[in-house]
Amino acid sequence: MSNYDLIVLGSGPGGYVAAIRAAQLGLKVAIVERENLGGICLNWGCIPTKALLRSAEIYHYMQHAGDYGLTAANISADIDAVVKRSRGVAKQLNQGVTHLMKKNKITVQIGDGKLLAANTLSVTKDGKTEELTAKNIIIATGARARDLPFAPADGERIWTYRHAMVPPEIPKKLLVIGSGAIGIEFASFYNDMGADVTVVEMLDRIVPVEDADVSAFLEKALTKQGMTIMTGAGVESLKATATGVSASIKGKDGKVVASEFTHCIVAIGIVPNTENIGLEALGVEMDRGFLKTDVNCRTNVPGLWAIGDITAPPWLAHKASHEGVIAAETIAGGHPHAMEPLNIPGCTYCHPQVASVGLTEAKAKEAGYEVKVGNFPFMGNGKAIALGEAEGFIKTVFDAKTGELLGAHMVGAEVTELIQGYTIGKTAELVEADFMHTVFPHPTLSEMMHESVLGAYGKMLHM
Amino acid sequence: MPIELKMPALSPTMEEGTLSRWLVKEGDSVSSGDLLAEIETDKATMEFEAIDDGIVTKLLVAAGTDGVKVGTVIAMIQGEDEDATAAPKSTAPAAALPEASKTVQVVSKSIETPITISKADVQKQSSDDERIKASPLAKRIAAEKGVDLSRVTGSGPNGRIVKEDVEAAARNTPTVTVAHSSPAAAAALSPAPTAGMNTDIPHEVIKLSNMRKTIARRLTESKQQVPHIYLTVDVRLDALLKLRTELNASLEARDIKLSVNDMLIKALALALVQVPKCNVSFAGDIMLQYARADISVAVSVPTGLITPIIADAANKSLSKISTEVGELAARAKEGKLQPHEYQGGTASISNMGMMGIKQFDAVINPPQGMILAVGAGEKRPYIVDDALAIATVMSATGSFDHRAIDGADGAMFMKVFKELVEKPLGLVA
Repeated sequence: MSNYDLIVLGSGPGGYVAAIRAAQLGLKVAIVERENLGGICLNWGCIPTKALLRSAEIYHYMQHAGDYGLTAANISADIDAVVKRSRGVAKQLNQGVTHLMKKNKITVQIGDGKLLAANTLSVTKDGKTEELTAKNIIIATGARARDLPFAPADGERIWTYRHAMVPPEIPKKLLVIGSGAIGIEFASFYNDMGADVTVVEMLDRIVPVEDADVSAFLEKALTKQGMTIMTGAGVESLKATATGVSASIKGKDGKVVASEFTHCIVAIGIVPNTENIGLEALGVEMDRGFLKTDVNCRTNVPGLWAIGDITAPPWLAHKASHEGVIAAETIAGGHPHAMEPLNIPGCTYCHPQVASVGLTEAKAKEAGYEVKVGNFPFMGNGKAIALGEAEGFIKTVFDAKTGELLGAHMVGAEVTELIQGYTIGKTAELVEADFMHTVFPHPTLSEMMHESVLGAYGKMLHM
Repeated sequence: MPIELKMPALSPTMEEGTLSRWLVKEGDSVSSGDLLAEIETDKATMEFEAIDDGIVTKLLVAAGTDGVKVGTVIAMIQGEDEDATAAPKSTAPAAALPEASKTVQVVSKSIETPITISKADVQKQSSDDERIKASPLAKRIAAEKGVDLSRVTGSGPNGRIVKEDVEAAARNTPTVTVAHSSPAAAAALSPAPTAGMNTDIPHEVIKLSNMRKTIARRLTESKQQVPHIYLTVDVRLDALLKLRTELNASLEARDIKLSVNDMLIKALALALVQVPKCNVSFAGDIMLQYARADISVAVSVPTGLITPIIADAANKSLSKISTEVGELAARAKEGKLQPHEYQGGTASISNMGMMGIKQFDAVINPPQGMILAVGAGEKRPYIVDDALAIATVMSATGSFDHRAIDGADGAMFMKVFKELVEKPLGLVA
């Protein structure tokens, strides 16, 4: 039996970061992973999808080469090669994490981990079980895709994100159920790759957590790209057949229409991986299926901590990593700063991209703020026009009383790389004057961030 | 080079003082440690010692001058081996300010608790010079809600004050600025004699002493900012009085005479140690729970009131407490207490029994969390074993800062205090 200061169960972006930070602070650390170091994010999520989307983007540019005065003939997509590249990227990062574990002298245990007590964990691999003990254990087992109760994914015709990552072929006619970040990213990828894509969303708009203006803009943009978008609609039944899937979809008008698709991606949310890891016996408190933690990621069981998708939303890799650092530093006796959920940015890598941080305009008003709103279109930005990406906008929502940046909402090219500017501003509690006094470089897309703030206060220059 | 002698900050709360008396005159030769002047602060009269050797070339502030701001140059000293004819440097108080704030900072460092009134006052004094670290948003909200940032503890990176800190401060002390920051507030505390004070009744206008001003400010602050809860118990004193008689008989040879109050100080300290939830200071978004009970004992002096401290009273013998109280009270009456002898304390006791007061509610001395008001011990009809009897009983009332102390905890404290007094052997064990 080996004894550690800290065992991390799960090596996703939350777990492996927690392990590194704890090791840096001098703790003796083990990490237990049942599959691949790096978890879903690196192997089956954030990173390989970005690789796929990059291929789709370049494919899209090549098809529109004429817009830039270029000619490209005989353009075609080789889906196997695209997937192969994506897997290669995932593999490279997986090896990167392996290296980081080694460099920080973290013991890696591959196998199924199960808590026997708050300080004891068993790891089973190939029928062999080993017991590890530690003063502290961090649960970072993440989450998996939620199945439709009446049509579980089969990997053939009905896919989750995981199957969609390694398609044997480009679906001819694809149904995407759910329009959150995962659903929309795959819809966008397959649409760019030439599939006929239909998105069904139960709520009255797509990307429902985003600002309503972003949802409306994105719906228009995706529709223009040829996607069919059905909001306020629900899939009543779904059945895999030999050649595809038959779906009955109840539309906004209440009419149920039967449609045929070749494939379907189910992206209706996630389920935390809380089962079979010994949580029940320890009496760990839960809230709607997710582990309850305090601001320092402690569960109600002393010595047991939890981070990432197994805890409260938002279920994002960067939130998990940040929690990993907070938990590790707290365990090592530090006093890290608590995370402010409203300062966690969210990014969706569809085409056009979506990025946001903080409150939407509607949520801000709901919370009782009197708001000042700025909105600057890509059309007014020189760099955007030069890039040939003149669609999108940057919207900012300020508290009229204090000048606090309550939220920022962007849709358009490269906005996922821009959002950090507002995130730093929010975290440092800057007010409108600070953004106004900042000199933004010309010519960049970031100038729109400046203009949006100026616009909220009636000082916009380029519109 | 001539040395500028500046008005010293003799206590952390001191902003200005009265230069009561010069103990040297121009042309006197002084060496380090010699007494230069007597200065009346807001709390006491203190002697001001020379730090450097030299000759007093000029006294710049006349004896008896009121309101001399800390940092003002009050005299010039010429180093003994230097040219005495060198022109004195500018005597503008502004030039002296950085030096003054340095003095103040040293004082603030010696105070260990993160927030005490005295530290807040120190911050206020030096706020003109020191940049307050606060986020832009925190500054905006502070301005809007009227929160004095110099009194807020920052929880952000490197102690930076963030939005949450200001909002917590605004929630907890909604009138924080009224007592302190603006000249308008100062005026509210000491209204001009003409405003509503016009009277035909023959009267004499009495100028407030610095101590009176401090008392007025502190008590106003306390009653405005601290929600008081009052809990009263009747405590039977017979056993304690008997024990006192016995103890005094055996202490006679050492010339020590314990008072009832000495024993109550010990009981208060022990009760605070037993109920630590009442041994606290409320400080915005944090609370300090003290591991030691330092008891401030209210002592009436001719110019007002001062509270010398019996440090760690729970671990001191009654005879030690008695000696200390006697010694401190004597010096308090002479106005000779050192700042560390009356600043701090985790709780207070005020005893008006000797005046025959039956029961009263005392005002908490912030940032302390409680004060015990003790009435007279008197023979009262008392039920003992279901029969009417005569017992010596006193009423004691605890005032608690209700932001920090729940009613139940205050009640538990009063119960423990009562038991300690009624079964007094615990006080000597």
